[in-house]
Amino acid sequence: MSRATEFLLRRRGGERWHWTDVFTWFWLAGGLVLMFGPALWLVNSSFKTPAALAEFPPTILPYVTAQATVEGYDRPLPLYEVAGEDGRPRVLAEVRRIGIVAQMVDPQEPGETIRVNIRDRTPKRSVSFATDNYVEPFVAFDFLLYLRNSVFVTVMATLITLITNSMAAFALSKYNFTGRSAVMLLIIATLMVPLSVILVPLYSVISAMGLFNSLWGVILPTVATPTGVFLLRQYMLTIPDELIDAARMDKASEWQIYWRIILPLTAPALAVLAIFSVVWRWNDFLWPLIVLSRKEVYTLQVGLNTYAGELNVQWHFILAMTVVTMIPVVLVFIFLQRFITTGIAGTGLK
Amino acid sequence: MANAAVGLAARAGAIILAPVGWLARVLDPPLRLMQKAGGQNGMVAFFLAPNMLIFGIFVLFPLVINIAYSMTGGSALFLEDRVFVGADQYRRLFTCGNYLDPGSCAEDLFWTAVWNTSTFVVFQVALMIGVALVTALVLNRDIRARSFWRAVFFFPVLLSPVVVGLIWRWILQREGLLNYMLHGIGLDPVVWLVERDWAFMAAIGVSVWAHVGFYALILLAGLQAIPKDLYEAAEMDGTRPARVFRRITLPLLAPNLLVVLVLTLIRAVQIFDEVYVLTGGGPGTSTLFITQYIYEVGFASLLRNPGLASAASILMGSVLVILTLAQLGIARKNEMRSKKG
Repeated sequence: MSRATEFLLRRRGGERWHWTDVFTWFWLAGGLVLMFGPALWLVNSSFKTPAALAEFPPTILPYVTAQATVEGYDRPLPLYEVAGEDGRPRVLAEVRRIGIVAQMVDPQEPGETIRVNIRDRTPKRSVSFATDNYVEPFVAFDFLLYLRNSVFVTVMATLITLITNSMAAFALSKYNFTGRSAVMLLIIATLMVPLSVILVPLYSVISAMGLFNSLWGVILPTVATPTGVFLLRQYMLTIPDELIDAARMDKASEWQIYWRIILPLTAPALAVLAIFSVVWRWNDFLWPLIVLSRKEVYTLQVGLNTYAGELNVQWHFILAMTVVTMIPVVLVFIFLQRFITTGIAGTGLK
Repeated sequence: MANAAVGLAARAGAIILAPVGWLARVLDPPLRLMQKAGGQNGMVAFFLAPNMLIFGIFVLFPLVINIAYSMTGGSALFLEDRVFVGADQYRRLFTCGNYLDPGSCAEDLFWTAVWNTSTFVVFQVALMIGVALVTALVLNRDIRARSFWRAVFFFPVLLSPVVVGLIWRWILQREGLLNYMLHGIGLDPVVWLVERDWAFMAAIGVSVWAHVGFYALILLAGLQAIPKDLYEAAEMDGTRPARVFRRITLPLLAPNLLVVLVLTLIRAVQIFDEVYVLTGGGPGTSTLFITQYIYEVGFASLLRNPGLASAASILMGSVLVILTLAQLGIARKNEMRSKKG
């Protein structure tokens, strides 16, 4: 005991505990619970059956109540453990409940009904993961389609973002031309124009181009990101111009210089932009919500929101699909968070 | 493990990029001809073209015609079918007996949204900065596994607004985890998303939960840039910690705090996604914010009125432009100061 507390309370440098140390410990522990807890609770709940989800108080593990088909009754009856007269527990099936008295039968001898006070019985339950929550939305609903749409949007938008942004950044960092500062100013100005300000006219542009209810209508407006151009330009500025001069000496075309020299050297910045672009596009909600109005073109986010907004919310499916929607970002988080957290400090991207 | 994953991602990337590489090679001969014809300036135009074209069509052009939209009426979608009404839409937005009482306004929902958003901005920004600052200070202490703890607070930032909204809807529902915990400590359950004030507070809390890690990271970067010798000198002089915080940490962190303030303001004014999924603007109109108002007037409601939505979005845009200009001004000031130093 004393050694355990000593270990827990040990402090670097062996100094005395200060209230700020207690506070730090409290804040970190609280943060751990508060930041991960809700998502873990979601994952946990997603493995429960609708009956288990409706239970209050909620259980930690996903239990199901055991049921048995009893002769003479159409539907399966829930099983309970009841203390018998001789003190030995018996397993009985509930036929119906009236107030605090339940009418029960022995599954083996369904003839006689036994009246039991509901306080004297406990449900017979076992742990079981409701994997149907995950299978059924894919098989019976359109979630496989939504998943495909989301993947398509994310991959295409990220590819186009990387290509167009890097080309623009190359022109803006490696050439001196008239109007360069004007172009830069224009791009800075975009930072002030979030999508929510131009919803109506953008919608009419998309409709006029025939892109309403098309995944390209979701992809195209988002790819010319000013942040991406900025990030790549700042990085390209650090590449020495001598490399380009040497390539020109060797008769490389401008396109080849961009493709074979600049792009490979910009790989780290491209990787950061790619990660951000994947997270951005995967998570996009408002714009897809406006552009996509037919189920066949829904992305996961829009599909999930639509299902969650229905009158008869089927939480067991929604929880499972929310987990599926979370998976790509959680993978990014697990493997690439170091990249991102150090990247944000440097660039202020999000 | 992380290296293996990066390697795997790189390989997947290589497979996706293979056709792009092939395209690049095929494109070279025609582009060489183009370079011969157009010279270097022609190539600059070529490199800028895709980005600027997309940018022009999907950002710049809509921005310009947005003003035209806000001066037209009717429910037609395309500008050429719409009737010019001058400043009528703006007049409608500003027709009000008393601006503080949305019920007396022609567009009562607009003013409800304006006041909701204002209240939200004040409380959310204050809470966000407070929590972000404390988190950054804690993370900046001499703690073990700092990158792990940094990641802990950053985790929700990556989640999509729909996921955030649904996670919290699940926890805050009548028979949810939070009510169970309240029950456990002997308190009465609260129907969080059905009572107006609680729903509003839930909107604030959830949006802080979802984004605070991002701002904490910016502040942490600022804290780590403060020279260590300042603190050593203060320690040698026996300065009390509270004084060190007030005289060293806060002034040197001020530029970062200002950046965070402006960023949180800009984002809070536009708040939509996670709150929309969480509460749908309800109960009643208690969590109806400006962006949702624009969305509903422009798209979702049966009596949609694109001109009115445009006018409202231009008003919101003006507020954002002012805030962004403030941010750029602050950034420039910082740059000048760091150049001097």
